[in-house]
Formats: sequence, structure tokens, C-alpha cells
Amino acid sequence: MEKTIAAISTPLAVGGISVIRISGKEAIAVGEKVFSPHSGVPLSKMKGYRAAYGKLMDGEKEVDEGIATVFLAPHSYTGEDVVELSCHGGLFVTKKVLRLVLDAGAVLAQAGEFTKRAFENGKMTLTQAEGVLDMIQAENENALKAAKSAMDGTLYRKIRSISDGIVSVIGSIAAYLDYPEEDMDPLALSQIREGFCAARDALSALILDFDKGKLLRDGIDTVIVGKPNVGKSTLMNLLSQRERSIVTDIPGTTRDVVEERISLGNLTLNLADTAGLRQTDNPVEQIGVELAKKRVETASLILAVFDGSEDLSKEDDALWKQLNGLPVIAVVNKTDLRDVLSQKLQEHFPLVVSISAKEGTGKEALTQAISSFLSLTSLTGNEAFLFNERQLSAAKQALGALDETIATIDNGFPLDAIALDGENALDALLALSGEKVSERVVEEIFSHFCVGK
Amino acid sequence: MNRYWMDQYDVCVVGAGHAGIEAAVAAARLGMRTALFTLSLDALANLPCNPSIGGTAKGHLVREIDALGGVMGIAADATFLQSRMLNMGKGPAVHSLRVQTDRRRYHTYMKKLLESIPNLDLKQSEIVDIVVEDGTLTGVVTKLGALYQTKACILATGTYLGGMIHVGEVSYESGPDGISAAKGLTDALRREGLPMRRFKTGTPPRVHRRSIDFSVLEKQSGDEKIVPFSFTTKGPLENKVDCYIAYTNGETHRIIRENLDRSPIYGGRIEAIGPRYCPSIEDKIVRFSDKPRHQLFVEPMGLDTEEMYLQGISSSMPEDVQMAFLRSIKGFEHLEVMRNAYAIEYDCCDPTALFASLEYRNIKGLYGAGQFNGTSGYEEAAAQGLIAGINAARKISGKEPLILPRSSSYIGTLIDDLVTKGCSDPYRMMTSRSEFRLLLRQDNADERLTPIGYEIGLISEERYRRFLEKMEQVKTEEERVRKMNIPPSEELNAFLVSRETVPIHTGVKLADLIRRPQLTYEGLAPFDPGRPHLPDEVGEQVEVRIKYEGYIKKQLAQAEELHRIERKKIPYPFDYTKVNGLRLEAIEKLNKVQPENVGQASRISGVNPADITALLIFLERKEHTDD
Repeated sequence: MEKTIAAISTPLAVGGISVIRISGKEAIAVGEKVFSPHSGVPLSKMKGYRAAYGKLMDGEKEVDEGIATVFLAPHSYTGEDVVELSCHGGLFVTKKVLRLVLDAGAVLAQAGEFTKRAFENGKMTLTQAEGVLDMIQAENENALKAAKSAMDGTLYRKIRSISDGIVSVIGSIAAYLDYPEEDMDPLALSQIREGFCAARDALSALILDFDKGKLLRDGIDTVIVGKPNVGKSTLMNLLSQRERSIVTDIPGTTRDVVEERISLGNLTLNLADTAGLRQTDNPVEQIGVELAKKRVETASLILAVFDGSEDLSKEDDALWKQLNGLPVIAVVNKTDLRDVLSQKLQEHFPLVVSISAKEGTGKEALTQAISSFLSLTSLTGNEAFLFNERQLSAAKQALGALDETIATIDNGFPLDAIALDGENALDALLALSGEKVSERVVEEIFSHFCVGK
Repeated sequence: MNRYWMDQYDVCVVGAGHAGIEAAVAAARLGMRTALFTLSLDALANLPCNPSIGGTAKGHLVREIDALGGVMGIAADATFLQSRMLNMGKGPAVHSLRVQTDRRRYHTYMKKLLESIPNLDLKQSEIVDIVVEDGTLTGVVTKLGALYQTKACILATGTYLGGMIHVGEVSYESGPDGISAAKGLTDALRREGLPMRRFKTGTPPRVHRRSIDFSVLEKQSGDEKIVPFSFTTKGPLENKVDCYIAYTNGETHRIIRENLDRSPIYGGRIEAIGPRYCPSIEDKIVRFSDKPRHQLFVEPMGLDTEEMYLQGISSSMPEDVQMAFLRSIKGFEHLEVMRNAYAIEYDCCDPTALFASLEYRNIKGLYGAGQFNGTSGYEEAAAQGLIAGINAARKISGKEPLILPRSSSYIGTLIDDLVTKGCSDPYRMMTSRSEFRLLLRQDNADERLTPIGYEIGLISEERYRRFLEKMEQVKTEEERVRKMNIPPSEELNAFLVSRETVPIHTGVKLADLIRRPQLTYEGLAPFDPGRPHLPDEVGEQVEVRIKYEGYIKKQLAQAEELHRIERKKIPYPFDYTKVNGLRLEAIEKLNKVQPENVGQASRISGVNPADITALLIFLERKEHTDD
């Protein structure tokens, strides 16, 4: 059975629309997990070559709006069932959708894998084939570079130490099974289980850290919100140190989402300055407000800006409600005038930072606050978090296999089945370095066990 | 030297060890006029190392050889002294049959069996040359100058080719057990372009039974219920001997350590590569210096001799050192050594020069099998011999070679490993080498391979009919067990509780109970009144199929994924520098191994998935331009 694969099939750059392609037997099932069609007709009930408008969902949470196009085997690029999800072209949204698709059961496509499948299913002409060769070559070279840098990195060492741990457990089982007559201490099942659990815990910690690593590498999706004219644009300009948003005294000046990638110490913020989250009758402004709301829900960090010289208003109350449960730091602006607010805000927000956007003060305090708020303080950009999607996909596959292995132990299956499950986990991790499982295990037996006649 | 024409054969086999025998029998039974050459007919089917057959993964190989129509299993059943199923309780994939064998009777049995095959001639003669014309093998030449014309030749020279024995500071040319080494052929093979190399192995001492104090050793007896290797063997079978376990101690280790400089390996006189899985006692003591003792087994060599084999203590130390450390072992204080331990170096060939059919890529009609291909072990040798014999016969008959996929058998896994990855030290089969081991159980070798053996022509009509009957019984019983409803009862629930599993309150399918790890098909018999009387092996199949259903399904899916890319063939020879998009490392590896299909290519370390895609595209394009 072929695995269902997925990848971003449009160039990874800021563009109008990005397409995530899913191909394989489970393509439609995977698509259904992340796409909620507006019409209510599920993807599995759609005919081929049909598109549906709907929402891209992270569980109950809406990530973006988009189009799902369904192609049924054999009438698709690869000749398999294919779902293509088109979403708004931002890098962050696109990658997020890919993550959701991978979480829903697809595995990340290897370089040229769609094309490979197209071949195997007789879906590609020669001219097309030659066209993709260059692409594969390029990706191959990039993969090599990526692999090399990963080999040198902390991450590789971490994965290595996890796979070494699994090799050692499987090696001890293998030695015990292949050399039943040797004078070895009997294997305690509890110890084997512990070994697999340790690997599982280390992997899931690594995967959790991935999100932090991603924050460092790709930048933190940050949204600035607040009542109109409390100085959101000024804050953005302070952070980016140049005129980007149009700063005026008229509330509602910023109608579009303005994006900016800025460095703050060792942090990178993908900063979006939005129209204020306020009720408005102006239809143009209303669009801006809607966009802002959407941004807020998917952001990794929200900077809620308040005017320190003004008392809290009803609008502020509404804002708090909207921000409840989201990752928010309250930023109090205009401390040069007077600050009546900071005290009160501390009751509502875990973190309150005071700045003066105009005077250019408070930037450092804000950097520190963000770092500690997102638990990034211990991280530097060079740490174990140069994780790419492929490594993450391998780690997740391994994690799934380890869960199965532990279940196999708990369900009372004997050692042969346990070892086989464990090897699936190992296989996923070793694929990153190109090693083969049986060679590692056999190596392990002979280097650590005195066996043989 | 004057050469004279002697005879003409279809297949000539060089060497009458376990590989050569299977090759010759298979070729002859497939209608080939076959000659089997050996240095000594008295050493035919010799067991120059341990007097035992089977063991982990090796027992699987013997079962597979038997299922395809080979002879090792039949001979092992006929001459065994003690039988044990190893690894019980560790899962069906690793259950492994192993027997102690009567060494002389094994030889006699096998010699008689070979002599009874009409198409097969046994010849005591050393082959020293081969004749190759235009890349095709046409003949072999004996030491006396006789030329035998032949359409195919299978090289199964074991440890005899260029054999050199080392004991301490002394080295001399010899094969095992006092048989002379084979000389001359190596030069001929090198001349014809085979990549020859040198490997090393070793064997422990044989001692006199009367000199051992068995009262201080642990006894190890055979199984009460004995299962044979061969599908054709009928019971009852009984154990005839016991084995014993002894241990080395600190004094043994001290003696060895103090004399290490007199070892040819540690002294630097042997450079050949020895097997990792078969370390000498000096290796064990040097590499695992923290182990206070090492175990050794005392095994009888046969019913007609008092010689005992000491498994686990092979050595190439000088004779006086051997005697000293052996006598330091408890129970061995008065040990009489009859044959000393030794290391042996021999010539063999890099198996990556072979196709998966075991034919050399550069010489049509020339095949390699057994230790000559870099393996170790009687069973590994026999498995390759069988395939080489079958493929030589099939080639002469104008048929496609038999290439067993990895998911079909340990035999297929063994050969794929050899021709794809090669080996840097003698290769031993292990269950850990198979990624499909829940499919490749010793209990279902017949199901996996007997239909193939029948199609090839090595399984008789009668045996095939019996095999089909068994399969039908398994199928019917499996269906019955899956449908059979078992109502709750006090007796059943008491039984379930006694087995530490939860009682039932409504009726359940018998299959659901069998699925519980605490329960067995056999154990549930009292609660299954409608159960027909069936042979044990039928019940065993039903149980494994139900208990491991999920795993079997998963493995079958993985096997199918592999088959898909194995169907994409790659022509030979193939120049990988012409393939756009391959990385340099992949080009080098692929050019050396010359894989026969894309699946094999993907198993070569250093070849990544993107390389495979580039290769697929190139192959597709080639196909179009060729049309």
C-alpha cells in the first residue's frame, strides 16, 4: 500500500495563492480532516475535477479560507486520488496548512515523489519528465546541503541520541532472540518498555520544541491590536525603525494588514499591524477589521496596545474578551504623558510592558518580555531547532511507531512483534541519515554482546 | 600440462559440501546431466565445525530448503541425535529448530542419497582451471588434466580453496579435517576477472568423552515433543543424547591473556577478516574483558565415536596454550584433546559480482554458492547451492531465473543482502536481518515456498497433493474458528480467570479468545466441542494467523510496496553516469553494485529517494527512445 503524501506545490514565496497537494489512497480522507466545505457536502461525496469553497481548519479553529479541488484516480497529476488545497499565499499560513495535512495522516512527499508516482501510473509525457529533472536535481542538492547542516547541528545530535537509544533497546532484544543459548541476563520487559518510553518522551519533547524552533527560524507571527489611534502603527514603526504604516491622528487609518519582518534581539517577528478591532459602519474599514480578527486567532503572539494616558473604556472590555485565552502581552504606550493604566492592566494580562513609541524607549523590555513569555529565553538561533519539515515528519512518524511499540508491549505480544514495531520507529529516524536499520542492529549486537560459538 | 577431453556435462559442481550437494541434486533432478567434484568422497557433506544443523534463522533456512525440494532437512531428520525448538515464548517469528547431528551418519546418508540420483555423477578430483570462451563458461579442468565440457559450473569450494591453517606460531596449507587444500583454481578465477578475497574462520577442539567430569557440568536435554525439519519426515522421533554446559573462569582468561602474543591474529600473522558472530575465545576475552566467564557447550559428534565438540571456545592459540586453558575449566581437569582448535584462512569472492540468480555478471554459466560467496554456515551454504543449482538448470532449459523476493523467504533475504550490500566479514543469517520476519516464520515455510518448488519441478505430485490438503484444512479450520460462537459458562470463566484474563458475559467468537495473549488454540479445546481432529501444525497455523492478523496485514502491505518498485527492471550493464540528477555518491555505488531492479537499487546505502526518482525518469525515457 502506497503512503499518502503531501507537499506545498507552489513556490515557497509570498504570493497570491499557495497550493498544498495531497496524493494517495487516503488523500480525500486527509483533506476532509482539514477542510470544511461551505456547502456542507463532504469531499468524499464530490465528483472529480470539482472544487469547493470552504474553511481550512485546525481542529475547531479556522486557519484560513480556501478552495479544495478533488481529482479522482486515475484522472489526476499522479494518477491517484488527489486533493489540492488552495489557501492565501502567506508563508506562515501555507506552512501551517501543510502541518495540519501531515498531522491528519499524510507523510511529507520526497523530492520528485509526485512526479515519480505520475510516472508509475503512466500519467506523464516525456517532455514533462525532462522538465522536472532539473527541479529534482536542484532539490537534491538543497536536501544535501540541508542534511549536511543538520549533521553538524545540535538537532542531528539529538535525533542521533534518540535513535542510538532505540538501537540499543532493539539490539538487546535482537541479541537475545538471535542468540538464545548465550549466557545473557534475561531481558526484563519493563526495561524494554522504559527504553522505548524514554525515546518516545525525548521525541515528543523535540517535536514540542519544534514549534519554538520554528518561532525562532521562521519568526513569530505577531499581531498588534488595540483601539484605533492608541499608537499601534507607532509601535510597529518603533520596532521596525522606519516609516511603514501611515501614522496619522485619524482613527482607522490602517485598513489593510501591513506585514513586516523585524529583528528584535535574537528574535524575529512577523509583525502585522491591523486595523483596530472596533465596530465600524465603514464597509472598507469593516473588511480590515475582519481580517484583523482572523489574524488574531492564528497568531503566535498578540501585542495589545493601550494608551496609558486614557482610562479603560467599554471597547477595552470587549477587546479583553476577544483576547481571552490567546497569547497576549499588553503594551502600554505613551508613558511620556502619564500612566494610569499599567496597574489595572496587570489584573487582566499576565505581562504588561510600558513603552514610549514616540520617544523610542521600552524596546528592550519588550524583547525580554516576548522571550520569557514564549519560553524562548534559553534558546539561541543556533540551537537544536534548525528543524525542517522533513525532519519533523520523520520524528512524528517515529513517534507514532513508538506509541505502537509500547501498545504492543502493553497488549502482551511477544518480543518478535515488539522488535519489529521498534524497527519501524528506527527506520523513520535513520532515513534522515540514510542508514539502514538491519545493519545498525547487527552492528549493535556484535559490538555490545559477546555472542557466537 | 597435457589436457585431454573426458566427458561432457550440463552442470559441473565444484565442491561437495552443503552448497555443492544441494546444487548438484537440484540440477540433476531438473534433468541436467550433472557432475559433482570433490577433493575426497570421504569428506562429502562433512560437518567440519559444529555437529549441529539449524538454530536461529538457520532453522528457518533449512525449512525453506526443504519446502523448495532440497535435501538438507531430510538428511538432518534422518541423522539427528537431539532436537530442540529454541526461543519458545519469544514469538512465532523467532521459534527456531536446531538439532545435534551424527556427523559420520550425516555424511553416509547424504553420500548414499547422492549415489541414488540417476543423472548425477560423483567424482573425486580437484578442479584447477575453468575454460571461458567469449565471456561464456565452457569447461572445467582437473588436476590430472581432464577437460570436462559443461554448460554451467557452480563454484562451492568452501574453506578448501587456498586453505591455510593457523595454530599459534605454526601455519600450513590444508583444508579442514586433514583434507588437503585446493590450489590452482584461485589463479584461474582471478585471471577470468573474479574479485577474489580472503576470509578467515575457526573451530574449537574435539575431546575424548572419558576425560570429562560430567557430574560438575549442567545437562541440557532435547525437547519432549520433537518436530522434524522436513515436511516429508514421519515420526516418531526421539532424542538419543544429552549435551552439557561448562564455563571458563578467571584462570582460563589469565592463561589466554598472558599468551596473546603467541596468537596468529593478535601476533599479526593473519590478516584475513574473521566472522564477528563467531569470535574465538581470545577475541571474547579481549573484547569483553569485564565478563567473568564464558559459556561452552559439550556436544557429542556421533553415536559411533567418543569424540565431543566444545562449542564456544574456538581458538588459534598454540597447542600447549590450548591445553593449559582448557584444563583450567571445571570438569576438564584431565581433558584429552583429540583434535586441536585452529583458525583457517581461505579464498572466496566478493558477492556483489553476482546477479541475484547467483550467476557471475561477467561470465555466463558460472555460478557461486556458499562460503565461496562470503557466507558462513552449513545452512546458508545449502540455501545458495539450491538456488544456484536451480538457476543453472533453468538457464540451460531457456527459463527465467528463480529470484526469491525478500518478503518470500530468508533465502531471498540472504541472497539479496549478498548481491546488494556485499559482506565485509563472513555473513551469518540472523532473524534480525529480515524486515519481514513475521511473514517468514519457520512454521509456514511450506506455504511460502512449496508452490514454487512444485512449479520448478522439485516437489513431487504426491507431496504437493498432501501440501494442498494441509492448506485446505488450515483454511477450513480458520473459517470455523472465526465463526464459532462460544457462550459464557462457569467452567470457561473459571479457566479464563485462571489464565489471568477477563471472564466473558455474552457469547464471543472463538477467534476473539484465541487473540488474547494469555490463551492458545490448544488450551481452548475443552470449550470448543465441535473441533475436528487435526494435525498439530494445522492448529498452529490457525492460531498464528489469528493472533498476528494485524501484523501480518501490515507486513503484507509493506511487501507489496516493495514489489512495486522491484518490478522496474534495470538492464545490465548500465552506465549510471548517464543519468541526469543522480548525486556522485549514488553513481559510484550504483555502478559498482549494478542492481537488477529499482527496488534493489533503493536498498543500497547512499542511494536516496530522489536518486531513485531520477533513475525512474531516465529508465522511462530510455524505454521510449528504444521503442
